[in-house]
Amino acid sequence: MKRERPRALADYLPVAVPTAVLAIFFVMPFGIMVAISFFKRVQGGFYTPDFVFDNYARFLSAFFGRVLGFSMGLAALVALIAVSIALPFTVQLAALRGRAQVAWLVALLAVLSLSEVIIGFAWATLFSRTAGISNILAFLGAMARPVSLSPSFGAVLTGMVYQAFPYAVLILYPAVVRLDPALAEASRTLGASPVRAFLTVVLPALRHAVGATLILVFVFALGSYLLPQMLGQPQHWTISVLVTDQAVYQSNLPFAAAMAVFLVLACLGLIGIATLVGRQKELA
Amino acid sequence: MQRLVSRLFMAIIALLLAGPIVVLAGVSVNGEQVLYFPPHGFSLGWYGAIVTDPGWRGALFASLAVATLAAAGAVLIALPIAWFLWRRIAPWAEIVRALGLAPFILPPVITALGFLSFWATLGVYGQPWTVVVSHAIFLVALPLVTLSTGFGSIEREVLEAGATMGATDRQLLRTVMLPLMVPYIVSGYAFAFVLSLNEYIIAYMVAGFTLETLPIKIFNSLRYGYTPTMAAVTVVFVCVAALVFGLVARFGNLPRLLGAYGDMGK
Repeated sequence: MKRERPRALADYLPVAVPTAVLAIFFVMPFGIMVAISFFKRVQGGFYTPDFVFDNYARFLSAFFGRVLGFSMGLAALVALIAVSIALPFTVQLAALRGRAQVAWLVALLAVLSLSEVIIGFAWATLFSRTAGISNILAFLGAMARPVSLSPSFGAVLTGMVYQAFPYAVLILYPAVVRLDPALAEASRTLGASPVRAFLTVVLPALRHAVGATLILVFVFALGSYLLPQMLGQPQHWTISVLVTDQAVYQSNLPFAAAMAVFLVLACLGLIGIATLVGRQKELA
Repeated sequence: MQRLVSRLFMAIIALLLAGPIVVLAGVSVNGEQVLYFPPHGFSLGWYGAIVTDPGWRGALFASLAVATLAAAGAVLIALPIAWFLWRRIAPWAEIVRALGLAPFILPPVITALGFLSFWATLGVYGQPWTVVVSHAIFLVALPLVTLSTGFGSIEREVLEAGATMGATDRQLLRTVMLPLMVPYIVSGYAFAFVLSLNEYIIAYMVAGFTLETLPIKIFNSLRYGYTPTMAAVTVVFVCVAALVFGLVARFGNLPRLLGAYGDMGK
């Protein structure tokens, strides 16, 4: 069946119907959200149609600036750690034979699909006084007695890296698998150590994929909305937590919408850059 | 030496990934209502509670119903788009692909807030069916990717051979393409199903007060203290995900689905 240009009106039907569905249920909600971000909030949890910039003006506060700075910093740290572990891991994974590789992929997908609620609950348990890491440390004598390790910044970071790691691996996977293994082998034959071969041959060959992955994992981490709440203290809350908090608990939909619009613009910009960085690979 | 180092590295990663789940599995068999690890006593009663306790059972059925319907919806939306992108030369239609991927790639909070604004404006906020529609839209990206990969892996020559021998488009669709596409349709459905089962923020914002899905139930229960039942539900979730993806790998080509051959949308 050759690819043809659509000619008759009926040829457009397969794409017209789902497009209409997406327009109604995704583009419209999005538009309404943008509209609400300009609405005026009325005390008691409601809002009236209006066109004011009050909700955006609140961004100029020191509090919002601190939350934004923290969110970006945390997401960047998570992306950096997750990708630094994921890259050597994915290279090893790609070298595995069929069965073992598929088993790993299944495990990674299973962890990736886990709800944030579940990841948060699992790590909260692991960091608790009664079950988990501090118990093992106390048992081994490395710690006098078990202590609670959460809520803390370390707990938030651990949970988020755990969540982002399989995502990073699966984004890197196609580029790494398609990398010619002969490249690294040749450098090894010429006498390079494994670390040197990785740093001077594999890494440069994958630099665009790594760059794009860093950005996508950053966006992914920026969207984490429960882990900072479950494993951290209020000063560890990110902009995603704040959006949820304003929308659900403070019933301030206009302000939540304004923050969401801001977040979207930031993410779209970054995804655009990631796409451009990823494209360069094909051109180079 | 090098092999030893790389084996050790993989083993550490495996330990870190499995660690939380192993601990929860241990916690889920505690004899009493405590979260100890290693467990104190042994009981499988907490697993039974998922089905016998009306609250947990209700959440289980709600989650299953939403996931079953939403995954079907996602596949139904994605299939014609993937087909059109493969069959027709229409560069502008890439925008439709982007539209299908966007709800999933954007931070979930944003998609959730969009749906909340939308349903509230329509005046149906809190209706259980709105969760199904929201999840279907949210998850279109997954079948869209698997189906595009599937269409990309079909050799056009095979179809041309069939056409030369006089088969109509409809016959080709039924006898050649459908059998080739089944693994990709099933895996697209499976991905969407598992993700819907685990999804929290959209379900919570859209109808969190009227429809309690399992992740919402776990989160709500956290406020009243941790119980081994929550750990049991978590273990069940991990097993379901591993089982579903294991089946996808058994009957399909998982490395290809995850982009190992780069034939998406060819």
